[in-house]
Amino acid sequence: MGKIKMALKRFSDPKLAEALLTDIAKKSRQIDPIRIMEVCGTHTMEIGRLGLRPLLPGNIQLISGPGCPVCVTPGAIIDTAAQLALQPNVTILTFGDMIRVPGGQTSLQKSMAGGGRVRIVTSPLQGNALAEKNPAMRYVFIAVGFETTIPVVARSLTIALEKGQDNLFFILAHRLVPPVLDALIADPELKVHAFMLPGHVSAVIGEKAYQPLIDAGLPSAITGFEPLDILLGIHAIVDMKARGETALKNMYPRAVKPDGNPMALALIGAVFEPIDAALRGIGVISSAGLKFRNAFSAFDAATTFGLDIAQDKMPVGCSCGSVLRGLITPDRCPLFDKQCSPETPVGPCMVSSEGSCAAYYRFERR
Amino acid sequence: MSNSAISISHGSGKELLALLNEIIHPILTLSHSGPHEDAAVFLPPPGRLGFTTDAFVVNPLEFPGGDIGKLAVCGTVNDLACMGAMPLQLAVALVLEEGLKVDVLKRILTSLRNAADACGITIGCGDTKVVERGRADGIYITTSGIGTVRDGINLSSGNAAVGDSVIVSGDIGRHGVAIMASRGNLGFTSQVVSDCAALNNLIDALLDAVPETKTIRDATRGGVAAVLNEIGLDSGVTFKVRNCDIPVADATQGACDYLGMEPIQVANEGRFVAVVPESKAALAVKTLNNLELGKEARIIGTAHQAGRFPLLMETDIGGTRPVEVPPGQLLPRIC
Amino acid sequence: MCLAVPAKILKIDGNIGTLDLSGNSIQADLSLVPDAKPGDYAIIHAGLAIQIYDEEEAQKTLDLLKQITQHGEDQNGT
Repeated sequence: MGKIKMALKRFSDPKLAEALLTDIAKKSRQIDPIRIMEVCGTHTMEIGRLGLRPLLPGNIQLISGPGCPVCVTPGAIIDTAAQLALQPNVTILTFGDMIRVPGGQTSLQKSMAGGGRVRIVTSPLQGNALAEKNPAMRYVFIAVGFETTIPVVARSLTIALEKGQDNLFFILAHRLVPPVLDALIADPELKVHAFMLPGHVSAVIGEKAYQPLIDAGLPSAITGFEPLDILLGIHAIVDMKARGETALKNMYPRAVKPDGNPMALALIGAVFEPIDAALRGIGVISSAGLKFRNAFSAFDAATTFGLDIAQDKMPVGCSCGSVLRGLITPDRCPLFDKQCSPETPVGPCMVSSEGSCAAYYRFERR
Repeated sequence: MSNSAISISHGSGKELLALLNEIIHPILTLSHSGPHEDAAVFLPPPGRLGFTTDAFVVNPLEFPGGDIGKLAVCGTVNDLACMGAMPLQLAVALVLEEGLKVDVLKRILTSLRNAADACGITIGCGDTKVVERGRADGIYITTSGIGTVRDGINLSSGNAAVGDSVIVSGDIGRHGVAIMASRGNLGFTSQVVSDCAALNNLIDALLDAVPETKTIRDATRGGVAAVLNEIGLDSGVTFKVRNCDIPVADATQGACDYLGMEPIQVANEGRFVAVVPESKAALAVKTLNNLELGKEARIIGTAHQAGRFPLLMETDIGGTRPVEVPPGQLLPRIC
Repeated sequence: MCLAVPAKILKIDGNIGTLDLSGNSIQADLSLVPDAKPGDYAIIHAGLAIQIYDEEEAQKTLDLLKQITQHGEDQNGT
């Protein structure tokens, strides 16, 4: 087995995990109760999948934040795409994550049952290939995701421009992590002492983007996704707290360089520019979204199809907004496990495979 | 037949007779010869009979490790075998889509016949229909099977008791991964070959050695997760399985990591879960390991007092979490 | 938001790499990791390599893990 493959296996080693958990428990005795926000939906899933929360000492609480691209995509965008799928010669392309998410009125899955043309892809680059193969069909890709995903969408657009593809379009629903973090730490209601930061977003944006967290006195750890990576992230935060240190620690250096991936950032900047944008359940956050630069405006589905994307209305009683901001745990929502469950989701946090409420429902109910 | 594809006219009359006489009957070597009868008539052997039916719909029709023909036979034989019934007779109903290539049909039927021969089941009767283009995904196959149930065996999903051991007959998740890879639209190709196989001989050996076996279930749609949830509910126990004990091939795990799925939720077509008394678990595994099809069989967990969830998993870091029945369609994810 | 897998680059053809994921083959766009070469492990997200794994840094993290857990064992007298 290659060296790096062997190394990667160590990040799942149960004995190392046990020893690290023991050290976390020991250090936690030196600190006050701490609430750590894990911003990335993939972290939420992994933490649930590992059954980690009950293994942590009682004074360490992990809160799920709004790093769930599917949860924060405005419901109106889903409704619009679901409608568009019914138009002749239009096929919606989407990541699998979006299929069952309820919009304000409907979902992509319901659209398919009603004859809507929706196709799951694992990459927007498949859109470029499909557009070339079937010139008579108009393909519309729903572009969701934070900075991990934005580079590949930018790449897809660049290829489309180079090839002069006129039957490939994009509904833009990307959101950016640093502006969301800025909004979180500016929120007087937020009671979070530290942040577990998304490892793959960081692989793209690097470390400097998180300076505002340090300025606000919040220790943070850039964290990877293997079991030991997650424990290392928690350990680093608890260790900083115990020593009264406020810093940003990169606990995922094998993937995250201090400058991130400058080429990726340059590509994003060449295709998009920031715009104020709404996060579902939270509201508008300054500079948290993206719009096309002029050179790429022909690929905008909104203008091409005259899409009028309405304002979102959250269903009555749904507390997704508070859950996403880390103000309450899912079980505190009045609808949780009553009207709202994975089979009958009210808000997106329950349907998305990584939504806080879905993960809580799946893994944390005892 | 000079045509290269099925047409709607093959659904009846002269063309149907030609299709049956020149292609379908010869390949399937239906057991009756002589006059065309409306039903197979036979004297059943003594003892209890097992009876099951299944409809098979798969895309693509042919995949690494098998095709819809093999799948149809193995699926029905396995359902019988899981009740301790050794296969006797099979009924095969075909719904052909206009446009299905005759070569593909021939391959599928040959595969079906070979699978039937391999597990000693006779194809007693059948039916063929043809529908217009767009109404059948190439071909749908429904198989019904009859088998003779062993004496002294009472397998049931409701039999599991606290303390029993859970065994899986081999490495899991292959079939689902092979299907997804060969669809070609998920951006990966794979070495993973479907585990599609008839389990009757393996189950025979298990029941010879451990007649006290409580239940055997083939882990098809929804994988091991679906089956253990069902048995847990039917028996009123909670199963606790250890993730590190579940056999998964590297390539299967790699594909699941790429798609964002878990092997325990992925479909198999040649794997079963068996619940046996704890005192017999080692013998059961040893028996299975002696046969090629069971060489990766392992004890993966134990039945406990019923809790809130029918199935719990002990994770690699020593945590515990519920494993629910997966959604009807496993979807690849990027988040 | 972050599901990405480490895959080994087998060959590179222009911007497209063919990678191995424990016996599965995927293709990915490598244009954002121009220094990538066959034998490297790339982090692939939605068909694009966002970074190449740094073997040295991986080892450093493992050493750190060893240090933390060893120190813990020493302290507990195990």
